[in-house]
Amino acid sequence: MDTLLSNPQMVVEDHARQLFRVSRRAFTDEAVLDAEKHIIFDRCWIYLGHSSEIPNNCDFVTRAVAGRELIFNRDHKGVVHAFLNTCPHRGAMVVREKKGNSRAFRCFYHGWTFDGTGRFASRFGEGNYGKEHYSGCADLGQVPRLESYRDFWFVNFDRNAVSLSDYLAGAKEYIDLVADHAEAGMEIVGAGQQYVINANWKLLAENSIDAFHGFPVHSTYFDYLKSLGSLRSDAGGSNFSASGMHDLGNGHAVIEYASPWGRPVARWVPSMGEDKRAHLEALRNELIKRFGEQRGTRIAEFSRNMLIFPNLVINDIMAITVRTFMPDRPNRMTVSAWALGARGEDHDLRKLRLFNFLEFLGPGGFATPDDQEALENCQRGYINMREVGWNDISKGMPRNGPPMNDDEEQMRCFWRQWRDRMGAVA
Amino acid sequence: MNADAGMSRRLAGDASGLRARIEDFLYLEADLLDDWKIEEWFALFAEGAIYEVPPTGETGETDSATSLFYIADDYVRLRERVTRLTKKEAHSEFPRSQQRHMISNVRIIGLSGGVADVSCNFVTYRAKRGVVDTYYGKHVYRIDCGVEPFKIKAKRSILGMDMLYPGKLTIIV
Repeated sequence: MDTLLSNPQMVVEDHARQLFRVSRRAFTDEAVLDAEKHIIFDRCWIYLGHSSEIPNNCDFVTRAVAGRELIFNRDHKGVVHAFLNTCPHRGAMVVREKKGNSRAFRCFYHGWTFDGTGRFASRFGEGNYGKEHYSGCADLGQVPRLESYRDFWFVNFDRNAVSLSDYLAGAKEYIDLVADHAEAGMEIVGAGQQYVINANWKLLAENSIDAFHGFPVHSTYFDYLKSLGSLRSDAGGSNFSASGMHDLGNGHAVIEYASPWGRPVARWVPSMGEDKRAHLEALRNELIKRFGEQRGTRIAEFSRNMLIFPNLVINDIMAITVRTFMPDRPNRMTVSAWALGARGEDHDLRKLRLFNFLEFLGPGGFATPDDQEALENCQRGYINMREVGWNDISKGMPRNGPPMNDDEEQMRCFWRQWRDRMGAVA
Repeated sequence: MNADAGMSRRLAGDASGLRARIEDFLYLEADLLDDWKIEEWFALFAEGAIYEVPPTGETGETDSATSLFYIADDYVRLRERVTRLTKKEAHSEFPRSQQRHMISNVRIIGLSGGVADVSCNFVTYRAKRGVVDTYYGKHVYRIDCGVEPFKIKAKRSILGMDMLYPGKLTIIV
């Protein structure tokens, strides 16, 4: 820790020389990861899950978040909670299923039982436990802070953190653009994809909002679109035009651009089939009716890749993916990725949405595996860091005017936040 | 009696013989994949065939229209997947990994109109840069045994792992 904190020069921003560099130690050093756990994952708002994953009273899911094992549930009155999944008695994980519906949680080790609000609900006979056990000391541990925005639930382990709303800052406007796809709201579709990438977690944070790598890494995906006659370069007659990035504050950033691909929300391409054309046109008109020409076509036609610091990605591209990732070693992370779709979506459109998702996204997609390969290849290259010790993130620094979406300013937003948080403790 | 029923009866009449022929066919498939003869592998599929890998750790989520799979290819996308894998720009398979496909527990679980529903267990090893990934689970096939050579009408590879430890699914398991 001493060497880490006595050396604040892991992120170097040199405006005079138009250079932005990050030390490769940030990706390899155990001490850095250890500090990140305390300084970043214990203090930032970390994504937990979506309301639609626990739609009914007494629904629950369990998942690892911010290095903890958590229970995300709705109690018998519909109130949402997040508990630390460990029995206050001896520590056993109380809930062992991935998801379910239950009025109570029962630890199998000695039978301690808790209701959906986390209260100790066992009734042992007189003489076993005193009053204390029935007045809080035997309840499930609550996550210190739990807040939501438009059905996206986040936890924070810092009791004194700013509100989620203040933390999300400009990102709220872009969450709205996703949440507004359907009047009925949005929902997570089926189970998510869980997979391991043997690379530092920050490489995926960068990659998820990096347009610069698109053509070199994903040429086979664009070949696929071309082969199907589905590569569209027009902006769909939109009077909204955007191609750039926005610093959303607090390390969050988004890039926005005209889509080269089809979008189930309302951008038709030939491979979807003629029968879907009218359907998508109707969805598009509906959006324009609800939000006006500009915002309506923006939602329909444009793609957005957003990173919410530190580890939540909401990419509204050829489908919507919600993706989060946790490091367990400097060179290894576990990724959880979900598809988000309109609540109560028509069967054929849902099928189209998932089909579109898989053309690019996920471990079996035509693009994500090549991203994974790139990330793992970077991590392997860091073995040479004693001689070649710095990553370059300077693209676009000399540009006059606003940054382009394939510049690297959005990654610089991430790294400035990382630097400020990590440095503040030194 | 229609011709299809007759064929099924003929095929079923020699159940162990049919299973042996299906096993041979599956070993051929495995061999083509081991040797990266990916286009020849694709030729084993009937026009209109599908190829699917459902999500890990889930039971009952068997429809790619309602659940997020890893792979849910129709015939066109499967052809495009194969085309992609022939390119050096399919970076995750460049340089190419080495593979071995093992098959066992082959069973015919249904037979109708000369089309057999077949299940088998599999273990597939993928080696690249000193790392060995292991994929295992169960294949469920629909194989048209009424044509020579046999044609695959559907292949579903149900992973037996509770999550995708190797991270990628870039090879055909």
